[in-house]
Order: sequence, then structure tokens, then C-alpha cells
Amino acid sequence: MLSALAVFMLLGTSMAIAQATADGGAAATDAVKDNGMATAGYYTLLFLIVCFVVGIVGKILRVFDLTQQIQGKKAINWNNVMGVVCIIFLVAGMYGAYWEYTVQGSMILPAAASLHGVKIDTMFWTTTVLTTIVFVITQVLLFTFLFKYRYSAKRRGHFLPHNNTIEKVWTIAPAIVLTILVIFGFFTWQEITTSVDAKGEPASINIDVTGHQFAWELRYEGKDGKLGNTNYKLVSGINKLGINYKDPKSFDDLQADTMVIPVRKSIRLNIHAQDVIHSVYMPHFRVQLNAVPGLPTYFKFTPTITTSEMRTKLDNPTFEYLLYCNKICGGAHYNMKKVVRVVSEAEYQAWLAQQKPYLTDKLKQDLKFADQKSAVSQNNRLALNN
Amino acid sequence: MSTLAVHDHAVAHHEGDHGHHKATFLNTYVFSMDHKMIAKQFLITGISMAVIAMMLSILFRIQLAYPETSFPLMETLLGRFAPGGRLDSNFYLSLVTIHGTIMVFFVLTAGLSGTFANLLIPLQIGARDMASPFMNMLSYWFFLTASIIMLSSFMVEKGPASGGWTIYPPLSALPKAMPGSGMGMTLWLISMVFFIASSLMGGINYVSTVLNMRTKGMDLWKMPLTIWALFLTAVLGVLAFPVLVAGVVLLVFDRSFGTSFYLSDIVLNGSQVQPFEGGSPILFQHLFWFLGHPEVYIVIMPAMGISSEVMSVNSRKPIFGYHAMVYSLIGITVLSFIVWGHHMFVTGMNPFLGGVFMITTLIIAVPSAVKTFNWLATLWRGNIRFTAAMLFAIGMVSFFISGGLTGIFLGNAALDINLHDTYFVVAHFHLVMGSAAIFGMLAGVYHWFPKMFGRMMDERLGFLHFWLTFIGAYLVFFPMHFMGLDGVPRRYYAFTEFESMKQWLSVNVFITWAAIMSALAQVAFLFNFIHSIFWGKKATQNPWQANTLEWTTPVEHLHGNWPGEIPTVYRWSYDYSKPGAEEDFIPQTVPFSQTMSSNLPHDFEDNPIGLEEHAKWTSTQKRNEEVK
Repeated sequence: MLSALAVFMLLGTSMAIAQATADGGAAATDAVKDNGMATAGYYTLLFLIVCFVVGIVGKILRVFDLTQQIQGKKAINWNNVMGVVCIIFLVAGMYGAYWEYTVQGSMILPAAASLHGVKIDTMFWTTTVLTTIVFVITQVLLFTFLFKYRYSAKRRGHFLPHNNTIEKVWTIAPAIVLTILVIFGFFTWQEITTSVDAKGEPASINIDVTGHQFAWELRYEGKDGKLGNTNYKLVSGINKLGINYKDPKSFDDLQADTMVIPVRKSIRLNIHAQDVIHSVYMPHFRVQLNAVPGLPTYFKFTPTITTSEMRTKLDNPTFEYLLYCNKICGGAHYNMKKVVRVVSEAEYQAWLAQQKPYLTDKLKQDLKFADQKSAVSQNNRLALNN
Repeated sequence: MSTLAVHDHAVAHHEGDHGHHKATFLNTYVFSMDHKMIAKQFLITGISMAVIAMMLSILFRIQLAYPETSFPLMETLLGRFAPGGRLDSNFYLSLVTIHGTIMVFFVLTAGLSGTFANLLIPLQIGARDMASPFMNMLSYWFFLTASIIMLSSFMVEKGPASGGWTIYPPLSALPKAMPGSGMGMTLWLISMVFFIASSLMGGINYVSTVLNMRTKGMDLWKMPLTIWALFLTAVLGVLAFPVLVAGVVLLVFDRSFGTSFYLSDIVLNGSQVQPFEGGSPILFQHLFWFLGHPEVYIVIMPAMGISSEVMSVNSRKPIFGYHAMVYSLIGITVLSFIVWGHHMFVTGMNPFLGGVFMITTLIIAVPSAVKTFNWLATLWRGNIRFTAAMLFAIGMVSFFISGGLTGIFLGNAALDINLHDTYFVVAHFHLVMGSAAIFGMLAGVYHWFPKMFGRMMDERLGFLHFWLTFIGAYLVFFPMHFMGLDGVPRRYYAFTEFESMKQWLSVNVFITWAAIMSALAQVAFLFNFIHSIFWGKKATQNPWQANTLEWTTPVEHLHGNWPGEIPTVYRWSYDYSKPGAEEDFIPQTVPFSQTMSSNLPHDFEDNPIGLEEHAKWTSTQKRNEEVK
């Protein structure tokens, strides 16, 4: 024990010295040599001392217990001790849960910034209220029962093997509550996942989102309001999305660094992945869908709050909506972000006008595209002449 | 009929044993075919794996708490995996992956079921050993081989598998996609094939033993809930694990033989077009979760069974609603096969399927709720003895409630959109299946330690262990819910790249220290466990005054469990505090004729002669009283 203390102090001082030298920055070599062994040793010894203290306390308790017994007094009643600890835990735990609900609960995402997100939020809060009630009731019952019915040699447990009425009640009650939640959830889910524009609805703005290790590529439809075909076999250094330039719809497809979207317009994300599974996650809009290689997926949503409105609302002038990857995809999975900016329709049109098409002049040259295109246009002219 | 025949056979075999078997060190401790020794082997291997997986979690917790700090010691320990004293981001993912794999499969499946099914099935149903002791031994050795292969992947140059414990292809199928998908992934797959073989051999054994080798009088409705739980778990495992083998084998084909079961339309590094066509990554997810979801019940059901038993014994009360408990276990078993899609709501699976899986998922909450209420009713008006085992069983219930309730959020497809793969999920399953199952397992260890090693564990050290772990686990996982609600994704190496996630750094530091505290608390357990094996207080035959059969065996182990004939069973195992009985427990081996004063009409439901006798006895009693 004493020797342990000695080593502890020794290590402590050597660590202090090591820190001092490192702080001074005078001897860089010393700092390199210090690989943290001293610190680790310090903490290990600290832990050993804690163990010793626990052991000693244990011994003291046992001695106390034995002397009590020798003197004919009652030994420590561990059932009472544990019963009381249960109640303390219940009170402290309930306060802790309350603290977390209020303090950390205020750090969670702001209210949804999309149409369907509002419905999700309503359902979320309903579920939260219901589960919190059940959580509090069951935990309170659990720990108060433990305290109230702690062991006493004077009595026996109440022989109660079953009670069919109450069992039926607590089978049916959760079943009813869950049925309500299921029906609520089922229809909301059906509504959210309908990604095709219904008849009579204004057409959604299509945006292609393609994930690859470790970034997102965006493609906006040009003036024709349509995206061109893609084929993974066409992917190359100069055509990173594998756009099929034989498809005339692709000529005006635009590339963008930021996902700028107009507020209160339906947006349809066409989600692709090139290498492994990624996931398009835009938590503020309650949008998430995996990007799967070989299986395009679609998510339709309507943003309702512009970035600048959100900045005022959150009192955070640098706030940005984000799109990030939420399916493990490799070493830099944690850093696949894309800024999303919700703007007014006018701003959106102005921004869109500035975006460059994927079909750059250089690409046209490389694909000997100019000739083809002029040939096409000549053909057209011929056709017109006829 | 069959019960009797097998029973006789077992006796004959047992008597023959002593003639030609010589107990050597090798066949007693190493290649033992005795179910009690195999249980201990599973337990000790499981605990070792748990300690390793726990240390891995502390390593990545340190990374999450101090993403910018360099720990030179880490470089000393981990070398190229932590250049400059900071974890490599790929190795971080390896740690997460192997932590999950070991905990789910090696600790909570093999460690939990392997230990307690082996120990308790023969002892609690009254059998001399498992149906196939040799296969039982093989099951352990396959498990050990699997463990060694899994750990050996740390020795591979590019590190262990790192695609998450769910190993979704294409990430796991393309060695170029990340370093861990090379040799590390190959070892992971080989290890899992061994593991599944082990699990199947065990499972078939458990099922056949329970069905065929029960002692006289032990009909299914007299079995303790532990046996019900372990039996249904084994059924689940036998039905679900083969599907994972199918998934794994196809993945091996895709990786090594150029097939495209799971792969299609892949371009690596922005320009290398791969030749795969026509496969579907979603197919793997279906195969994986068809096992994966029953797997979480494989993990939790034994813990439920153990907790039910321990809570009943220590509340000195029968388990409330025994039949409801069994039916809810059966309900969970059946339903667990039709809910796997709730892991795939946002993976691109047909949304209509998502809706269907949501309905089935929320239905499974009903039997879970019934179990919870029944446990609470078991405690109500009990006479609760706080043994260490009892505390852990209570902890299991508390975690199961807390974690189960958040399942209602995640099982709702619409809510899952925003919660999928966030820390909310991490918090949910660590509470409901991680902490709850490990607490069930620890309850079992404390409770049956005297049966396994013939000595008692130190109760007070058990109290310390319980409270530190219980509080620690809540401190670790409760705050994670709120991170998830803020849209913080799981499996992120660092939260420093996102301005919005930086607010959680201080919480991460707190969680890490809570995790370190709970990890250190396990030292109390390990010390207690090892110390008690050799120097613990000698156990008596029935230290907890329990009713089940295992406490009728002698403290000193013997091959064949009971020295003479196997005892006959007359009653269910929950006659605690029965009014009119002399003591507050009546072992299953006591016939009703010896307990006339405590018999109830209910005890003779399928036994008209007994009921008549009972009626006769009560009327005589009444007459005698009138005479007085």
C-alpha cells in the first residue's frame, strides 16, 4: 500500500515535469519521448487506490457488522439499505430525466421546415407525451414497489399467481393505443412516400443527388424542365455522373455546388449512388432516404422556411440547412456535407440563371460534340426546308 | 411416453459411464462433454469477449470525446491504427464494427444462451445431460474458433472489418471501398460461418433436450420461464441463423468469385466502372435482417426468462401471469419473424412494405408491454430480498422499459425517417437489448454462480457493481436520445466538421467519462467472479430457497447431475409464499399429498382425482373445526 503511494507520487511528479517541459517547448525531444505512459500510470495508480479504498471500506463495514452482532445488536440490514437506495435513485433519476428533457431537449432540431415534416412533428410530440407518461408511471411503480415491499422477516409475499381481468386490461389498453399510433403513422407514411406528382399538381422541381465517396453531386434540370438520362458505364474523368449526351434532354442540365431550392415549391430528389450505399439526410426538413447503387430512389418534399427566416428564428446568423450522409460509407463518412439554401422564387431563378451546364465547351470538344450538334441542327433545317 | 423412455436410457447410460470413463484433466476441463463444464466454458469465453469489446468501445469513446487531442499512448498501443496518437478514421469504424459484432453475437448470443441454456436446461427439466453431449462440445469449440478468428483480424495489415456490424454491401463487398473490406472482412465472414455452425449445434441440442428429456411430471406448463425462454430462443436461432449463412455465402461469392448478387451499377473512385450488373444491395439487407431482427430477441429473451425467475424467487412470490408470460414469449417468437423490414424503412425498400412492417412492429410491442406489467405485478406485495441477482433483474426491467418505449418511435415508419441511423437508435438498442440483456446475463451469473462453482459471490461487491453499472449505463445512453433528436448520425468519426454538432462535444465528454466509470465498475465484477471461484464462501444446496430442480442436485458436481434417480416433478416452480404452507417456498419435487394445508382447487385443474381428494380434505378440516 505504502509502496503504491510512493510510486503514485513519483509518477505524479514525473508527469508534472514532463508537462512542464512540454509546456515550455524547450525540449521537443522530451515531449516526443513522453508517450503518455506516465499519465496512464498515474491514472492506473489512482484507480488502484480507489480500489484499495473500496476494499478498506468493505472491511470496515464487515468489522462494524461483526461487532454489532457480537454486541447483540442488529447487523446492517442490506434489504433496507437497498430499498432506500432505490428510492434515492428514483428521485434523482426522475430529476435527471427532467433536467435532460429541459436542457438537452432544447438543443434538438427546430420545428420542421417542410410541409410533411410538420405532420411528423405532431406525431413525434404525441408519441413523446404518451411514452413519457408510461415511462414515469412504470419506473415510479418499479422503484416504489422495491422500497415498499422490501424484505421483512415478519411477513410473507402475497400469493397472487394471476388475475385474468387485469391481464386482459393491460393487454388491450396498449393494443388500442398502438393501433391509434399505427393508423396515424401508416397514413402519414403513405402520404410522405408518394413521390410521383399527382394529376393537376404543378410539376415538382427535379434535382439529381448523386453520392460517391465522399461527396455529393447535384444536377438541376435546365430550361426544358427535364433531366437527361445517365448510365454508369459512361462515367469517366470528364463525365463524372455518366450523363448520356446522346439524350437531348441532357444538354441543358446544370451543375451546382449548393442545393438552392425555392421555398414552398415541391422538390423531388432523384437519389443515386455510384459506389456504396449513402444516405441523403436533411434533418431540418425531416428528409432521409438511402442512395443505393443500381436502385434510384425518390423523395418529394416542400420546404416552407427560407434560410434567412430560419436564421432570424434561431437567432443564428450563420445558420445553414445541411444535407449529409447518414449511412456508413467509408473512412470520410463523417464529412460528406452539402449546404442547402432555401430562397424565394425570384432569388432561385436568379441563382439558376448563373449555373453552368454539365455540357461544357471542353466536354463538347472532347466528345466531338459540336459537329454532331451542328449536324443535328442542319438536319432540322433541312427538315424545315422540306 | 417418450419422456419415460429417454429418461430410462439416460440412467442406464449414466451408470455405464462410471465403468469405462477415466476423468482426466483433458476430458474434464478442456474437451468436456458435461453440460455444466461447457456452460462454464461459454461463460468465461463470453466474459472475456465482453471485456475486449468493452475496451474497444472505450477507445472509440475517447475519440468521440476528444476528437482533436492526440494521445501518444494510443500510438504506442495501436501503432499504425492511431498515427500521431489519434485514431485513424477507418480504424474508428473497425472498432465500432467489431464492438457491435462481438457484443451482439459473441457475448449476448453465445455467451448468454450458451451459458444458461447449457447450465439450466438439463438441471431445470431434470435430465442427466444434453441430448447430444458431443455436439454440445463441438458447439463450444466452434464458438471458440470463431472468437479467435474474429479477434485475429486485428493482426491483419489493413485492420478488421469496418463496414458496421450489419456489413451492408457494396461497402463490405468491394475491397477497394475501404481498408477493412479486404482481408479483415474475409476473416469476419469466416468467423461468422463458424459462429453460426456453433449456434445451430447448440440450438438443435437445446430444442431436442427440452422436448424429449424432461423428467417425469415435468410437462411443458410446469417448466420454469427460464426454460421456456431458452427453448424459444433456440427455436428462433435454428430458424433464423441459416438465412444469415445464405446471405454470408452470397457475399463471399460476390467478393471472391465475381458474382453480382448484391452489386450493380458501380463506379469506384469516380472513373473505374465495375463489371457488376443486375444485383441488389437491398437483397442483402433483407437476408441480414431476417436473421438480424429475430437476433435481437435471441439476445433479450433469455434475459427475460432469467429475470422472471430471479424476480420471482427474490420477491418470494409466484411470477404474475405465468401463462401470459409464456404466451407473450411465444407471441414475440412468432412476430419477430415478420418485423425485419423496420430496419429498412428508408433504405429504398418499397414504401408500401414499410407500412406493413410498421403495423407488425407495433403489434410486437403488445406482448412486450404485457411482460413488463407482469413483472411489476410480480413485485407488488412481494417480500423483496435484494440479492445482487435481484438488483440486476430489476435493472433489466428498468432498461427494458426505457429502451422499449423509444422503440415506439423507431417502429413508426414516418418518425423513423428522421431518426434512422442517428444516436437515437444507438440509445434505443443499447438500452433495450444491450444493457437489458447484459443485466439479465449478470443476474443469471450472480444467481447461478453457486450452482456453477459451488461457492457464493460477494453480495456487497455485487451491490457496488450493480449501482455503478446501472447509473453509468443510464448516464451513457440517456443523453444520446437527444443527440439523435438533433439529427446527429451514428458512426461519425468526429463531430468537429459540422458547426451544428459541436454543441454536443461537451455531452460527448460526459458520456465518455460515464462509460469509463461503468467500464471500471466491471473490475468489481471480475474480481468478485474470479476471487469467488477459488475463495468464495461455500454454497449450500439451495442458497436462495428456490423451487426449481437444479437446487435439488448436490453442490459438488457430478456427471449425470443427480446421484440416484432423477426426481419427479409434481407442481409448477412458482409456489412461493403459498398460504398455509410451512415455509415460503415449496420445491417442485414436493407432491401435493405432503402439502394438504396449502393446496388450492386451482392446483388440480386437470386432475379430477386430486381435486376429489382435496375437496375431501378441506371438508374434513371444516368438520374438525366445527367440532372444536
